[in-house]
Amino acid sequence: MTTLTLSKALNEGLRKALEDDPKVLIMGEDVGKLGGVFRVTDGLQKDFGEARLIDTPLAESGIIGTAIGLALRGYRPVCEIQFDGFVFPAVDQIISQLAKMRYRSLGKLSLPVVIRIPCGGGIGAVEHHSESPEAVFAHTAGLRVVACADAADAFTMIQQAIRSDDPVIFFEPKRRYWDKGEVDTAADLAGALPMDRARVVLEGTDVTLLTYGPLVRTCLEAAIAAREDGRSIEVVDLRSLSPLDTETIFASVRRTGRCVVAHEAPVYAGLGAEIAARVTEACFYHLEAPVLRVGGFATPYPPSRLEEHYLPDLDRILDAVDRTFGY
Amino acid sequence: MTVEPGGATTAAPASQQGQQGQLSELSELSELSQPVADSSSELIQLLTPEGERIDHPDYPVDLSAADIRDMYRDLVLVRRIDTEAIALQRQGELGIWASLLGQEAAQIGSGRALSPQDMVFPTYREHGVAWCRGIDPVKLLELYRGVSHGGWAPEEHKFHLYTIVIGAQTLHATGYAMGIQRDGAVDGESGDGEAVIVYFGDGATSQGDVNESFVWASVFNAPVVFFCQNNQWAISEPLEKQSRIPLYQRARGFGFPGLRVDGNDVLACYAVTKKALAAAREGQGPTMIEAFTYRMGAHTTTDDPTRYRLASELEMWKLKDPIERVRVYLARTGQADQDFFAAIDEEAKKVGAGVREACRNMPDPPPMAIFDNVYTQPNAILQAEREQYAAYLDTFEREEGASR
Repeated sequence: MTTLTLSKALNEGLRKALEDDPKVLIMGEDVGKLGGVFRVTDGLQKDFGEARLIDTPLAESGIIGTAIGLALRGYRPVCEIQFDGFVFPAVDQIISQLAKMRYRSLGKLSLPVVIRIPCGGGIGAVEHHSESPEAVFAHTAGLRVVACADAADAFTMIQQAIRSDDPVIFFEPKRRYWDKGEVDTAADLAGALPMDRARVVLEGTDVTLLTYGPLVRTCLEAAIAAREDGRSIEVVDLRSLSPLDTETIFASVRRTGRCVVAHEAPVYAGLGAEIAARVTEACFYHLEAPVLRVGGFATPYPPSRLEEHYLPDLDRILDAVDRTFGY
Repeated sequence: MTVEPGGATTAAPASQQGQQGQLSELSELSELSQPVADSSSELIQLLTPEGERIDHPDYPVDLSAADIRDMYRDLVLVRRIDTEAIALQRQGELGIWASLLGQEAAQIGSGRALSPQDMVFPTYREHGVAWCRGIDPVKLLELYRGVSHGGWAPEEHKFHLYTIVIGAQTLHATGYAMGIQRDGAVDGESGDGEAVIVYFGDGATSQGDVNESFVWASVFNAPVVFFCQNNQWAISEPLEKQSRIPLYQRARGFGFPGLRVDGNDVLACYAVTKKALAAAREGQGPTMIEAFTYRMGAHTTTDDPTRYRLASELEMWKLKDPIERVRVYLARTGQADQDFFAAIDEEAKKVGAGVREACRNMPDPPPMAIFDNVYTQPNAILQAEREQYAAYLDTFEREEGASR
């Protein structure tokens, strides 16, 4: 076991993927010499060369469009979109091209493209640097959408994403890049939890708290704080947002009888809505209360001096938990 | 045969033919095609780095000594504001700052060439142009401090909000210019004719939006000036990662003129912009101006350029400083004396102190402002979220009240 930051764990995972498969390429703005604005690709160009670590021109649609071409030619491109809010110029290539190629070709074509997106707020950034656009991609059939929450998962999930023959949107919680965790860099990937499975990260008996990405840590802190009130919260890290691991979700909710979903993205038409509907349909007779959601407001992401109000924190999550006991 | 990125078709060495799938060969292949070298004769310059005034037949300058002194003042003051903002970021007063250091002449020269009725579409680094449009520098700091996403009145100043998504504003500028056409406000005679200028960088020229704006502007002959500040670096990527030809030459392919000006020469930037705006007003359509300059600082305060570029490059560009050459010119020709320069320095100190003070005293917006201005009218869901959050915040106030 090694102690690594989430950012360094991704770096090690990418390094391993580059070593394991000569067809793996990394491409994006500033990923080469600079090593990415968050240093996730630090040192990789030096070791793997400019042909595999490609500093691209500044155009997100170009990055994804050419990645599709490279994938058609047998490569496995790992694209970096510098910030969440900058993925939108590439949305035609992602939604209309990348996501649908397998379906259109009756399964004859695979596009093993990974799109890494640092996501979420909490770093005091300017506009377009704090967004959580996962629902857009989860709503698009043909894409796998995953979010890592800690260093160990970052290390394994990035490798699993690269090995996936389906395109993967890979969300990285940018305010957790510097969080440290224990990572077994020698572990066999075959023994790891599959990328599309959720994980119970803290067992509890009274309420299920479903979350992913940057809020996993916040929810764990909330669960620990709730113990003082004698409340036992089970925290589930969804990890995969599309497809959803409904088996793990339903099993947990049937045990606890209550469910709260927390994400940074707006509650309105967010992932929580899909999860709440499915939990209600599948676990209705087990529920003691309606599924509650806590997340961003139905507004654009606010200026950063207000983001502490917009982002669900420990108090707002516990407030939602409390409300599920009011029914 | 291999097709090079520059578009030229050349024969590949026999040893490389048939091996193009080999990654090890790829970097060698790309080394075969170097970017087209810059020719200094293309550069329009009216004031050399040494402060020598040179005439250009196409760009006579109608500026008085007082006008040039005013420009010097602008240059010094915007650099001071920029320096102050960097310091404020270091002190934690700003979340981030995008410095204009080195690009003052490109911005003041082009900004001063505008008529009051002209419309400006900036990136997020046009602090000098904002200054020329009468925007209070403190308004710019609001955005970087995180208390607003903009906040000034774009139509009042004829200066649109800063656009952070790279290149998106070039299309807005083109559409705005098409509106000017439809309003019959393309008019080179009366002095009231309107034109648009849009700012973008070298990196932005790779974006689809920017290329589409060139197509639109050309096809509709829109009265827009594309002002590209080529500061040589898109964060860590040098110009050759974006283009294999000088950027101004791209305009020709889209069907309008492009030219390259010394971006560190405030007089030349003024003259070429003035002429391009006049052409737009007269119905001659778009012009692309490539202001050849240098980002002397980091991309933003979070960036560390020592990771990707050589200090010697910066040293070379320091010799072409946009302010120093104006000072030398004014002093040597007797158009300004030591008292003038001392007075400007004194004013700069005051402006800097004012900005610092205003920034430190800037209040955060009230939390409920999050819910304002999403739509023309609130809807039921948004209203419910607002009320729910207000009630939630009240519980904290009640708790605090109770514990007192």
